[in-house]
Amino acid sequence: MSTAIALAGNPNSGKTTLFNELTGARQHVGNYPGVTVEKKQGTCVSDSGKFDIVDLPGTYSLTAYSLEEVVARDFLVNEKPSMIVNIVDASNLERNLYLSVQFMEMGIPVTIALNMMDVAKKRGIKIDIKKLSKLLNVPVVPTIARSGEGKKELLQTIASNVNGKAEPLTISYGRDIDTALDEMEEIIQSSTFLTARYRARWTAIKYLEKDQQIVESGKKEDMKVALQLEGIVKKVTGHLLATLDTHPEGIIADHRYGFINSVLKQNVIGYFQDKNRLQLSDKIDKAVTNRFLGPIIMVGILMGLYKFTFTYSEIPVGWFESFFGWIGGIADNALPEGHLKSLVISGIIDGVGGVLGFVPLIMFMFLGIAFLEDSGYLARMAFMLDRVFRMFGLHGSSVMAFIVSGGIAGGCAVPGVMATRTLKSPKERLTTLLTVPFMNCGAKLPVYALLVAAFFSKNEATVMLLITLISWVGALLVARLLRSTVIKGESTPFVMELPPYRMPTIKGILIHTWERTWQYIKKAGTVILGISIVLWAMMTFPGLPETKTQEFESLRLFIMSGVPARVLSEIETLETETIKGDNLKVTRKLSAKAMVVKKSLAQVDFDEAHAGLKNSIAGRIGSSLEGITKFAGFDWRTNIALVGGFAAKEIVVSTLGTAYSIGEVDPEETTSLSDRLKVAEGWGPLTAFSLIIFTIFYAPCFVTVVCIAKEAGSWKWAAFSVVFNTVLAFGLSVLFYQVGSIVLT
Amino acid sequence: MGRISLRQMQVDQTGTIISVKGTGELGRRIRDMGLIPGKKIKVQGRAPLHDPVSLRIMGFTLTLRNNEADHIEVEVQ
Repeated sequence: MSTAIALAGNPNSGKTTLFNELTGARQHVGNYPGVTVEKKQGTCVSDSGKFDIVDLPGTYSLTAYSLEEVVARDFLVNEKPSMIVNIVDASNLERNLYLSVQFMEMGIPVTIALNMMDVAKKRGIKIDIKKLSKLLNVPVVPTIARSGEGKKELLQTIASNVNGKAEPLTISYGRDIDTALDEMEEIIQSSTFLTARYRARWTAIKYLEKDQQIVESGKKEDMKVALQLEGIVKKVTGHLLATLDTHPEGIIADHRYGFINSVLKQNVIGYFQDKNRLQLSDKIDKAVTNRFLGPIIMVGILMGLYKFTFTYSEIPVGWFESFFGWIGGIADNALPEGHLKSLVISGIIDGVGGVLGFVPLIMFMFLGIAFLEDSGYLARMAFMLDRVFRMFGLHGSSVMAFIVSGGIAGGCAVPGVMATRTLKSPKERLTTLLTVPFMNCGAKLPVYALLVAAFFSKNEATVMLLITLISWVGALLVARLLRSTVIKGESTPFVMELPPYRMPTIKGILIHTWERTWQYIKKAGTVILGISIVLWAMMTFPGLPETKTQEFESLRLFIMSGVPARVLSEIETLETETIKGDNLKVTRKLSAKAMVVKKSLAQVDFDEAHAGLKNSIAGRIGSSLEGITKFAGFDWRTNIALVGGFAAKEIVVSTLGTAYSIGEVDPEETTSLSDRLKVAEGWGPLTAFSLIIFTIFYAPCFVTVVCIAKEAGSWKWAAFSVVFNTVLAFGLSVLFYQVGSIVLT
Repeated sequence: MGRISLRQMQVDQTGTIISVKGTGELGRRIRDMGLIPGKKIKVQGRAPLHDPVSLRIMGFTLTLRNNEADHIEVEVQ
């Protein structure tokens, strides 16, 4: 038998770390307020018993004010866990207990895990745990989640208290409120109003707090009682406004903090240092968020991240490339000519290899981001950037969704879109939702990396930074446009905690990095492989008509007809020897005459493959669009790739790979795709950058589109993002390409 | 020394909250974070563009926009 436990607490209290420690589950550990939006579950098997643990979203309170709070509250009410394990940051006791008090008011058994005892000690804070436990009438266990200290004691305490009945905490809110509460409680009790779900007094408090969710469900439950309660609330509110110039919700908050204070003042907490002494974190902030130094440091950190990613990932990227080249070689030798070979090499190996080859790059990028996130620096970025974001109708917290989506190149719009759940205002949230896909997600990186390596290899870091800037400026301007047209409205509060800087744990960073990289690989492994094959089929079938094939065949015969038998046999031996590999050396041994013949034959093969691809389903789509896309510099091959990119952006790369390896004369050659593009017709820096611009802005991949539909609650916005983004991207690419062509000639 | 709005406080200045006027979402959020009458606060710093402001309360650091700070009246030392 296992016991259901809910893990709850403030953001940055070490809740996720403790969850990982208890369940061993691999979960992302962040240092930004509100990072755990989803419900995470895990099982903890210990000497004390088996526990099913749910990691509730981190919240500061239990109002219906944010989605996380509603989620946490609904879980507690609907799932009725046997116990709430409330993680309380010992170094920040007063504010953390504000949430604990609300749990206790609900009447669910609570065990407090007094976490970060080490930090509290370092700050000269001494807590009388026994006294705290006695005064609050709940078990309190000191823990240090980072090192796992106190875990055993916590589990024992949970086990021995789990079946106990909790006495709901009743706080006095002053005479006016208390009188109203008593009156309301009686009405609620006698008419069993919402009592199946909530405690009567709790419902009454929520009515006084003007809690939207409760007031709404109250109306549905029993209109008469609801009106009666609302009447009492109105009366008290009027009275309080007249006498104290304040609202009931203000008084309630005051008294909750007052209650906490009265507990702490009974020698529960002692300070052995000046409370206002500048902590190391504050000293760092003095420099890091300094008016002049702050932005410089921020840009420096972003540049450093790029340098780190590009410099150190080069070597493993090379390994991956040669590995897939080698596999391709083996497959080429082992398989007979035909569709199967083409499928394996052009569809599967090229497709997956083209994507996986960038895994090291993505891993290095995530390592850097994980460090920034876990250290607490990202929250400072939100703080410094809020003024800017607000100008565009967004929220400082939007920065997180933007960063996760690839604001620092390498995220993914799918979790990015989900990260917008932390945003409170529906309007800012929707705007963020619609603009985050412009960021440079990890799947777009291979596209950029390919083009940058091929055409801007001398200025890699600079061009990548430029790409980031373009996507940011573009996203912000589009956000402003949306906020002043289709999504108008006022902005939401920026009341946010700046968590103390913390040295990220290696374990935390590695889990974080691995999770995100794995997410990419998983996507690459499943969706992309499938689509690679579909695209291969689209590019292979229906194939050339019989008459065309014969035309190419007779062309070959014509070339060979005038050639002496000696030269022909020379070419034939070459072909048999090629199978053993070492193609280049043999080619050099050919006589001049044989070389010419071989080249013309190869040209015929190339033309045939080219004609075959052009005649394929994909080729037809690509060609039919070429008439319009030529204004942006895209030929039909690029068009095919971009159509594929709707499925997932990394497919742009694998499709280009497939497109070019099919069109290639000699499939034996293992030069990387960027080398191929360098010499390919119609390609140059101008085309490459036009494609980069298009890739930044055009329709998000279909996975993101599905998420947008879900998060926005309507397919209308999903369709909007597909159409609007593509039109915008095309307009910008054409503008760039046309202006660029004029300037360069 | 006198009552001023939180917006007008200088960096490193300390004071005691006298009243919190905000209602609805903003008011609740402010109070949940402990910005209630009687609490001591210290302005920790300002963002490079002078907005938002970061302040110290109950031993942690909180950020607030200037137009949100307008709702809070402070008795400064």
